[in-house]
Amino acid sequence: MRLNQLAKNQIAQIAAVSGDDAGMEAKLREIGFAEGDEVEIVHLGPIGGKPICVRLNQTLIALRAEEAAAVAVAPRS
Amino acid sequence: MTAYRLALVGAPNCGKSTLFNGLTGGRAKVANYPGVTVETRSGRFRTPQGREVELIDLPGIYGLTPRSMDERVAVDVLAGGAPGVKPPDMLLVLIDAAHMRTHLHSVLQLRALGRPMIVALNMIDLAKRDGLELDLRKLEDRLGVPVVTSQAPRKAGRAALIARLDRVLAEQPAPPAKESVRSIRELQQEARAIARDIIVSEPIMNRATRAIDRIVLHPLAGPAVLLALLFFIFQAVFSWSAGPMDAIDGAAVMLGDWLASLLPEGWFQDLIVNGVIAGVGSVVIFLPQILILFAFILLLEASGYMARAAFLMDELMRKVGLDGRAFIPLLSSFACAIPGIMSARVIESERDRLTTIMIAPLMTCSARLPVYTLIIAAFIPPQSIGPFNLQGVVMFGLYIAGVVSAVTAAFVLKRTLTKGRPQPLIMELPTYKLPDARDVLIGLATRAGAFLKRAGTIILGTAIVLWFLASYPASASGLRETFAGRIGALLEPVLAPIGFNLEIAIALIPGMAAREVAVGALGTVYAVQGVDDSVEGLAAVLQNAWSLPTALAFLAWYVFAPQCFATLATIRRETNSWRWTGFAFAYLMGLAYVGAGIVYHLSRALMGS
Repeated sequence: MRLNQLAKNQIAQIAAVSGDDAGMEAKLREIGFAEGDEVEIVHLGPIGGKPICVRLNQTLIALRAEEAAAVAVAPRS
Repeated sequence: MTAYRLALVGAPNCGKSTLFNGLTGGRAKVANYPGVTVETRSGRFRTPQGREVELIDLPGIYGLTPRSMDERVAVDVLAGGAPGVKPPDMLLVLIDAAHMRTHLHSVLQLRALGRPMIVALNMIDLAKRDGLELDLRKLEDRLGVPVVTSQAPRKAGRAALIARLDRVLAEQPAPPAKESVRSIRELQQEARAIARDIIVSEPIMNRATRAIDRIVLHPLAGPAVLLALLFFIFQAVFSWSAGPMDAIDGAAVMLGDWLASLLPEGWFQDLIVNGVIAGVGSVVIFLPQILILFAFILLLEASGYMARAAFLMDELMRKVGLDGRAFIPLLSSFACAIPGIMSARVIESERDRLTTIMIAPLMTCSARLPVYTLIIAAFIPPQSIGPFNLQGVVMFGLYIAGVVSAVTAAFVLKRTLTKGRPQPLIMELPTYKLPDARDVLIGLATRAGAFLKRAGTIILGTAIVLWFLASYPASASGLRETFAGRIGALLEPVLAPIGFNLEIAIALIPGMAAREVAVGALGTVYAVQGVDDSVEGLAAVLQNAWSLPTALAFLAWYVFAPQCFATLATIRRETNSWRWTGFAFAYLMGLAYVGAGIVYHLSRALMGS
């Protein structure tokens, strides 16, 4: 499952970070996305729910669906 | 004694500027890096043991993969590859303690550069309040470099940091070994392992931030709050600035009169009084509006709200091909395009930055208001339509026309000249903080200085040239016979099809200095006395001299026309390209000509004349 497909407020664990291009992956990793970290979508943008704001550990990060799709997650049951 | 060069490195929003201002007292030298327009601040301080340290404030970076122009400079300096800049002797790496788990890998990335470094876990007080407990000694062992905690805004909170700095400088421990480049994934794994080891108790998400965001980022309440804030800011920019602007105007007139009485009559007196003082004064008068607007922008940035505004605006901006972060430069441009264009530096993509710069002059800056006010007062009756006043509706319409044309221009540009894939949006929303008063004041002083320097020097040269054109040859009796008048006469056949008469053509020449100069120039052409004190006399003259279609065409002209040398010079500086500057001038002039022409002929057709 991809981060952009996660339901709002559903806590998940990052399974993989892999963009189509290396640049995207580096950007996501540099700002903090890493395997094993906890993520949750906490806010949706006002127009069509875009962009999204996620909580990554204790940090809030805004990103668009295209970027979020590069992050694979496993929802925590 | 040469000072020890210490580079301040850290992610955006980790409190770098606050630490910089705290250590140096805000006394900073702002310099440009060779070849680029990125400015950096450096300042000096003395450690308790009397060592001189030069602190270099680098743009915020998350790692060594630069995203914007600002970040590229920071990375180049760190890697020692910035031309003409000596590499720093040591790095002071700042990291927000509350987000340590997320950001720790950047310390490993920087350590791999093999430069001496000291790590400060900043905002430790807030992180502890949110429940962070960690083993600092163990962290230092694991990282192999000195680690301290700090609380940048308070002197006591910086004491441990500078005491440690002194010790490190005295002992000169071996720098970390230069490591071969490891993948960021490996660095993250190591950083996460360290974090697991040293964090005794994990902090919770800041409660206040969560509570505020529930309203501020709410899909309905969020945009409403943003709109209300913008409305309040605009209200404040225009109503609070009236007094100071009158005062500056008065001071310029007084200074002019005083110099006029001091200097012998003649060309030199005329140059100083009517050229330099009047010309520079016409730009400086906007300083109060710019300061008020910037004070709000700085407060919103320091509090952490600005990133939220960019989040809320992103999808809307994206529809026209820009990203949410272009919002701040465009907002600034409503006061003045110059600071707006300068602040476009924060935009990551070069193409998006260019697009933003190209459309910034279409935002209705405050220099257009004197022109709009004059023409509206003269030609639009103050009758009410419904609950609104027709004059107010026309003014509002002119603002909307600016925004709509900017959006259209961006839409077209993004599909032609600045075509490219959309830049990804990956943006941290910082924890809310009470802005530090000193930071805001220092930021304000820096920006005011930059505006005055930029606008002042450009306008000084322009004012002298335009004064010359409007005053010579000496035999001229009245503006019509001067060089400006002759150039206007040459332009008149070109401008006649859009309804402009000779007088307008002449007034547009000195009006190139700044938009509001056209009001004074029209006064001169129509030989109306005392236009500077009241525009009523001029409005009455224009009512007789111009037809309504001409007046409306003149308004349309000013929605688009780049009648501001200072803006063009700023575009040249920021794009470092004559071609883009020429393009901006040509396309805005083209829009002005076509727009004025359409308005002129359409209104003539509608009026049946």
